[in-house]
Amino acid sequence: MPQLRMTGRGLWITALIVPPLAFVALFIVYPIVSAFAYAFFDWQGLKRGAFVGLENFHTVLFVEPYRSWTINAFKNNVIVFFALMVLQNGLGFILAYALWRELPGARFHRIAVFLPVVLSTIIVAYLFKLFYHPLFGVVNITLKGIGLGWLAQPWLGQSGTALGSIIVAQAWHMVGFPTLVFLAGMQRIPSEILDAVRMETESEWVKITKIVWPLVAPSATIVFTLLFVGAFNWFELPYIMGGLDGSPFGSTDVLGLYFYRTAFGNVSSGQQDFGLGSALAVIIFIFIAIVAGVITTRLRAREIQL
Amino acid sequence: MSAAATNYYDRKGLFATLGRDGMLQIILIANTILMLAPIVIMVFSAFKTTPEIFKSPFGIPDFTQVANFVKIWSETNFLRYLLNSFVVTGASMVLILTLGTMAAYALGRYAFTGSNFILMFFLAGLTLPLKLAIIPLFMLMRDLSILNNQLSLIFVYTAMGLPTTVFIMTGFIRSLPNELEDAARMDGASEARIMWAIMLPLVRPAMVIAGIQNVVPIWNDFFFPLVFIQNDSLKTLPQGLTTFMGEYTTDWGVLFSGLTLSAAPIILIYIVLSKQFIAGMTSGAVK
Repeated sequence: MPQLRMTGRGLWITALIVPPLAFVALFIVYPIVSAFAYAFFDWQGLKRGAFVGLENFHTVLFVEPYRSWTINAFKNNVIVFFALMVLQNGLGFILAYALWRELPGARFHRIAVFLPVVLSTIIVAYLFKLFYHPLFGVVNITLKGIGLGWLAQPWLGQSGTALGSIIVAQAWHMVGFPTLVFLAGMQRIPSEILDAVRMETESEWVKITKIVWPLVAPSATIVFTLLFVGAFNWFELPYIMGGLDGSPFGSTDVLGLYFYRTAFGNVSSGQQDFGLGSALAVIIFIFIAIVAGVITTRLRAREIQL
Repeated sequence: MSAAATNYYDRKGLFATLGRDGMLQIILIANTILMLAPIVIMVFSAFKTTPEIFKSPFGIPDFTQVANFVKIWSETNFLRYLLNSFVVTGASMVLILTLGTMAAYALGRYAFTGSNFILMFFLAGLTLPLKLAIIPLFMLMRDLSILNNQLSLIFVYTAMGLPTTVFIMTGFIRSLPNELEDAARMDGASEARIMWAIMLPLVRPAMVIAGIQNVVPIWNDFFFPLVFIQNDSLKTLPQGLTTFMGEYTTDWGVLFSGLTLSAAPIILIYIVLSKQFIAGMTSGAVK
């Protein structure tokens, strides 16, 4: 690479780098830094009031009713994360393993499993909302059709099943992503290693647990981290399928909805509070950053360099 | 004795192989049916009247019956939403690819003080969930007086798309050979001319990857329009869909055809370009 020699070239480089840098600085870095500052002030609508220190943080964490709302939403996020870990990443690993064998039709299956990933979450949300309809939805109609009519129920209408039903829709939407990331990881395993394994053992279980799983560790690190960040940013699906209040009775409320509702108000009450909203945003942000950091370093440590 | 033993093992191996592959194939087929069934039901239902959907949700419809689509065409703002999505996504993509290539070219082709710091600055944007900064973004858009204006979306999408684009393209541009560039420089070509005429034609493959990785989330985004856009005539497709679904709650035929129409553009492009889509959308996660 040529060194910086003349001012002409310096100007040229500046002209290239400044516009993109300005976009990132103005629309990403500045808002994120401001979000931290906003949380320390009292807000009257869109007007910034007095500096209140940590009071907003104290309110959302320790003062009722915010305290129970925060705990409830956080608890639901945790459920979402672990459920998707099994439904989305677990199933994704199995599907990747099946696709890896290049059985007849593998190409078609690969395209099919990724198809829902490209759809808008809003389309997926409405589609499944129609499918879950208590009377005319295909889920209950199918259950009745195969003699399991006693299982038919208002999936989104009762606290016990609403969150689970939305999680299933999410898993359908996104299972193709971990599948193809794991598949790419498996395809990078050198064939010499696989040949050597074939000599040693016939057990599929040993092969998966002792060879394939450790060798796709880099894929697992990325997929787990992205799922964690995604699960704690979850918004669109519960917004459409459960509503902004996390109906019924807060059973589908998650931090994303709760944050949005606190900051911008909901339909029934136009009350909005940027101070409390920002405090929530900062707490979620720090929580995601710390845990994602820990997950990444922990998982990186078990990755094997080939 | 030993022949018999080999034979025995062979047989067992064959059975095990067939059994395992058979099981994996069944898993794949079952999964593909689960993946495609909702989409097939959606498309079929789009051609049915509401009573038909209630009576036989899985039946194959009469595909010449397009009353639902006509209704959408004539009664709703659907086309407007579609057009808005094209404008917003198109403008954002042009900005992302132009600005991203500029930054990546500067970082990848020239050594200068602070270039590593600038690259780090861009990469920091990769991991930050911008949704959580929505309150300051809302205030910023208000101060720039572009709330309820599609420029707000275009600017946010551009900023969001730049980190991945710079990341993908810088690596690619760095890997390009120096010879062509040096030869052109000998001939007295200007830096701008070298970039435009010699290097840019070579970076097209990286642009495709970066483009696809960004175009899908932008086309599908719902969160930023929800906060920034109020005017119905400015809404993008996912946001317009919520208005539309609220208006026709009981007319399931129209609901399904609205969903089908919204999904159609991206599904069709995906079927044609599935390889590029998969490569582009997983490129951040696959090293």
